[in-house]
Amino acid sequence: MSDVTGEWLIKGASIVGGEVADIRLAGGMIAAVGPDLPAGAAQVLGAAGLVALPGLVDLHAHLREPGREDAETVETGTRAAALGGYTAVHAMANTEPVADTAGVVEQVWRLGQQAGHVDVRPVGAVTVGLGGKQLAELGAMADSAARVRVFSDDGHCVADPLLMRRALEYVKAFDGVIAQHAQEPRLTEGAQLNEGEVASRLGLAGWPAAAEEAIIARDCLLAAHTGSALHVCHVSTAGSVEIIRWAKSKGWRVTAEVTPHHLLLTDDLAEGYDPVFKVNPPLRAQADVDALRAALADGTIDCVATDHAPHPVEAKEAEWAAAAMGMTGLETALRVVQLAMVETGLLDWPGVADRMSVRPARIGRAAGHGQRIAEGGPASLVLYDPAAPPEAVDPATHASKSRNSPFAGMALPGRVVATFLRGTATVLDGKVTR
Amino acid sequence: MKRHLISAADLSREEAVLVLDTAAELASVAGRPIRKLPTLRGRTVVNLFYEDSTRTRTSFEAAAKRLSADVINFSAKGSSVAKGESLKDTALTLEAMGSDAIVIRHGASGAPHRLAGWVTGSVINAGDGTHEHPTQALLDAFTIRQRLGSGDQHGADQRGTALDGVRVTIVGDILHSRVARSNVLLLSTLGAEVALVAPPTLIPHAVSSWPCKVSYDLDAELGKSDVVMMLRVQHERMTAAYFPSIREYSRRYGLDAGRMALLPEHAIVMHPGPMNRGVEIAAEVADSPRSTIVAQVANGVTVRMAVLYLMLGGAGESL
Amino acid sequence: MCAMTPRPRHEQGTGNGTAQGQAASGGSTGVAPPGQASGGSTGVAPPGQAERKAVLAAEEIRRALSRIAHEILERTHGGDQVVLLGIPTRGVPLARRLAARISSFEGAIVPVGSLDVTLHRDDLRLRPARALRRTEVPPDGIDGKTVVLVDDVLFSGRTIRAALDALNDLGRPRAVQLAVLVDRGHRELPIRADYVGKNLPTAHREVVRVLLEETDGEDSVLLGEQVAE
Repeated sequence: MSDVTGEWLIKGASIVGGEVADIRLAGGMIAAVGPDLPAGAAQVLGAAGLVALPGLVDLHAHLREPGREDAETVETGTRAAALGGYTAVHAMANTEPVADTAGVVEQVWRLGQQAGHVDVRPVGAVTVGLGGKQLAELGAMADSAARVRVFSDDGHCVADPLLMRRALEYVKAFDGVIAQHAQEPRLTEGAQLNEGEVASRLGLAGWPAAAEEAIIARDCLLAAHTGSALHVCHVSTAGSVEIIRWAKSKGWRVTAEVTPHHLLLTDDLAEGYDPVFKVNPPLRAQADVDALRAALADGTIDCVATDHAPHPVEAKEAEWAAAAMGMTGLETALRVVQLAMVETGLLDWPGVADRMSVRPARIGRAAGHGQRIAEGGPASLVLYDPAAPPEAVDPATHASKSRNSPFAGMALPGRVVATFLRGTATVLDGKVTR
Repeated sequence: MKRHLISAADLSREEAVLVLDTAAELASVAGRPIRKLPTLRGRTVVNLFYEDSTRTRTSFEAAAKRLSADVINFSAKGSSVAKGESLKDTALTLEAMGSDAIVIRHGASGAPHRLAGWVTGSVINAGDGTHEHPTQALLDAFTIRQRLGSGDQHGADQRGTALDGVRVTIVGDILHSRVARSNVLLLSTLGAEVALVAPPTLIPHAVSSWPCKVSYDLDAELGKSDVVMMLRVQHERMTAAYFPSIREYSRRYGLDAGRMALLPEHAIVMHPGPMNRGVEIAAEVADSPRSTIVAQVANGVTVRMAVLYLMLGGAGESL
Repeated sequence: MCAMTPRPRHEQGTGNGTAQGQAASGGSTGVAPPGQASGGSTGVAPPGQAERKAVLAAEEIRRALSRIAHEILERTHGGDQVVLLGIPTRGVPLARRLAARISSFEGAIVPVGSLDVTLHRDDLRLRPARALRRTEVPPDGIDGKTVVLVDDVLFSGRTIRAALDALNDLGRPRAVQLAVLVDRGHRELPIRADYVGKNLPTAHREVVRVLLEETDGEDSVLLGEQVAE
């Protein structure tokens, strides 16, 4: 076994898809980038044909710990993240207990430190117990060791407009951002699937696009009024894209994310009533997928976030209405983005680096992530082989504890070969090092 | 038959006609001194009902018993289901007991679909959520052919015929109706022209992709209908603001004697039951000679016998 | 998916590749192979199928039926209280022809019906469920009558056993008799015909096919080798 923490010389990688150069890692930093660097005492990693990207940053993952360790733990979730090329992951607050106090966010943060695969950045709940009634102690979480900057009630919408306004205002004190799960609750009571042809035929209660768009429009106006930062989670409709584009054109502080599954999958997959395709927000129509891809390409949507949502087998092995919502995604995100965005010519590799590392790091205030691959930068990067022959996804091989990948059986291109976190190889030859 | 009957869309025109023809032949059994056939002796049919529906369960039970199948009634109430056993575990348990077919009624759309993926026997959908109820559509089609087609009352001379050109108007809570979904699919497969009439709130969002037309005006459709099928409307729809009051619903979409007079001479009135007399259908309409409501119940047994015979009567798939 | 072709259960003779295949599998277990409902391609052996030779011509069939009609009149004392029930498919036109002959010989009107035995068969599970054929009992019923079952070929006897069961559900005849155009032997049950058009010695694996004007466009009985696929 290699000494994963020592000096490394990465030979002949294509830097963010461009020039081919060697990269020397030492002391957690990038010591040099250039042609034909001497190996010296460093371990050499041949990287011919591989693309070097800054370590990926996920703004939206459910690591389930504490509370649902049967679905995922910080250890297994971050292991999955490293295998997907990530060096930082934002862990959503809907744990049991909810991450609405300094104590819980520090616990999650420490578990991430102990695991050591990626930096775990806890997201704090906006309201106590995700209840939507009373603000959680946002300041205490911000001041804690976890240094929380992103707050979200994800899974629930902060539906009360006044509470949303206050939250947006309050986090300005510590440069925080409210990540809104945009879902008008009354319009989605009992909703099961995108309201459209498929849901009508399958007899599944419709989940109208307007329920997402109405909240986004409202929150954009609130962000404008308060001058605060709003981040929109998992945008899923063409209409949402239009509203965000309009808000950005006004110069308002609005950012947005899209999930890999919303970039690739559509609601007709629900035809077999297999709840592996049940997710919140629901899979939409092809026109929505096309609009989301275009928005990610032109920057209207800032970044890709996985919304990695592991569930135990029994939660999905049920009738549709009774099954849990959510899909795993950390281990497949980059491959899906290659298929949906790169191979379609919508994004080049610098674009991928921007949407999966630079911008999410900036939105999440994740210092030390999303930096250029250049001398003096942090040695957090991923080596990716885009030419690896497409291989069918087999969830049984995933490091995640859960198996609910909607991409199971789909042939996805590419392969994450190695991931480095501050100079330490967390993944080598597609395998976790510890 | 195919291994499972989950959606009316599973049936081609030829298959649907075969079911109707088989039912027509089996209808004569009801008039014989001995109403039992040995055909499914040794086969076990499980009625797995997660919702109360005495009429549908009884109908399947009578059909299976007339074909000499063993019947196990498994009701969610008072069973391990109440203790939180999953649908999958229940299915595997029933199969371990030797069931050849499971007739399932479930509150969740797609539950029969899931069940079919877990068991080796046949699955017959006896109504799932707001999705489908294909045997109801088959018995409705059978009733329409019997009443409006040529031939004797057993429909014997109607063998091989479908419902080409028959104009069927379905009225009521289309959005939540599994009967409507299955009927739209089956009746259009059989060549009928289907029109849906309801307040716009009770019409599915994407109805334009369905093989039928949609109207909000019942009076405008009645004169053009050979069949009018009234669906049950539930009081809780009112509290969910689908319409302002039962009274207003009844006035705009209920079938009373005055409206019935607008129907052509030969037209029939159907209702899948149970009826809300005085709401979607007036008592004098329900009890009129045009009403097929009692015939539908009798035909339900016959059509379900046909389905059970075609699915279980042979080896492998015959439809 | 499906084999929708209606498959009547008359005992013998197939002119169709699919049915041949099933006959091949059924033959060794002594199960009568199924027939084919309509005879579109009358008498023409489908490609890949052995030639068949005609063992009864139209004239011989006519004579055989006349003889059977006479025998029925004799044995039932002038056809009084007789009901002819044909077993679909080809038993039904045969029953009608017999009734017509009886009527022309004696002026007696003999009621004719059809009796589908599908739901009483003992071999249902050996192949996909078959479409049902018509069962039509004459208006006066069968109680107290002498029922003559009419079929084209008598082979294992299983169809007749099923017919006796089916009859049981319809009423209580005074007596039941059996008339067949061809008896080819190889019985598997203690059943014999009362009236036989022709006894035809066959090998078990041979196929006997009866063609009738009403169903196939010509009258003929063919004997051929079964062709495995």
